[in-house]
Amino acid sequence: MPMANNGSSRAVGAGRVLIAVYAILALAAVARSGFQIATKFDTAPVAYLLSALAGVVYVLATIALLGRGTTWYRVAWGTIVFEFIGVVVVGALSLFDAALFPADTVWSYFGRGYGFIPLVLPVLGMLWLRKTRPPRAA
Amino acid sequence: MIEWYTAIEIVVALLVGLVCIVYGLVGRGPNDYTLGATLFVELLLVAQFVIALIAPLSGNMPTGSLLEFWLYLGVALIIPPAAVFWGLVERTRWSTVILGAACFAIAVMLYRMTAIWFIQGT
Repeated sequence: MPMANNGSSRAVGAGRVLIAVYAILALAAVARSGFQIATKFDTAPVAYLLSALAGVVYVLATIALLGRGTTWYRVAWGTIVFEFIGVVVVGALSLFDAALFPADTVWSYFGRGYGFIPLVLPVLGMLWLRKTRPPRAA
Repeated sequence: MIEWYTAIEIVVALLVGLVCIVYGLVGRGPNDYTLGATLFVELLLVAQFVIALIAPLSGNMPTGSLLEFWLYLGVALIIPPAAVFWGLVERTRWSTVILGAACFAIAVMLYRMTAIWFIQGT
């Protein structure tokens, strides 16, 4: 199978779908939280700031998955683990305090507003990273 | 926003999404049909763009935030061309799956846009 490849070990095969979905989610989270911060920041400042942070981390994860070498590999792990912890912790908190985390942020109710993709994606991301671990060269 | 037009658009986006994902998973690279179908989804979005420009002038006002609506539509317009571009550069089965994922994202965004236009402010 001929492939235009930039040399990244992660941006191949099914990983490309993962990266594309990350890119869409990054776009959605950044645009939406930007709108929320601009128009209704006061109703839930913590949640909307976290949503914006999540968006930035999704952007970083997308870039890290596309990147080459062990440094980007570590960045990819860091961002994806961060997302996973974020969606689990905020998802759990939103069940207890609906006012602090309204339904329209990316991590509330385990990402229900985004079809639970924010919950599933980091798991797939971690599996993918495990599979594409770069060789430990000196 | 016109309710029946948007309903058709959502159904088309879902169908194209499903077809592209199936095509991709059975191992086909992007071809004229899957790329063309995704471009058709984009074409429907462009028509939606024109409708949304004209509708408020003819008294068809959104109940919710017009700014939020335009933000969704603006982002939605970028996604299919990006997926098609990817499909042209990278001609593997996974690019076909990406075309499908893009169309599904469009369907979800259109659904959100109908909620903003018809439900949000009521």
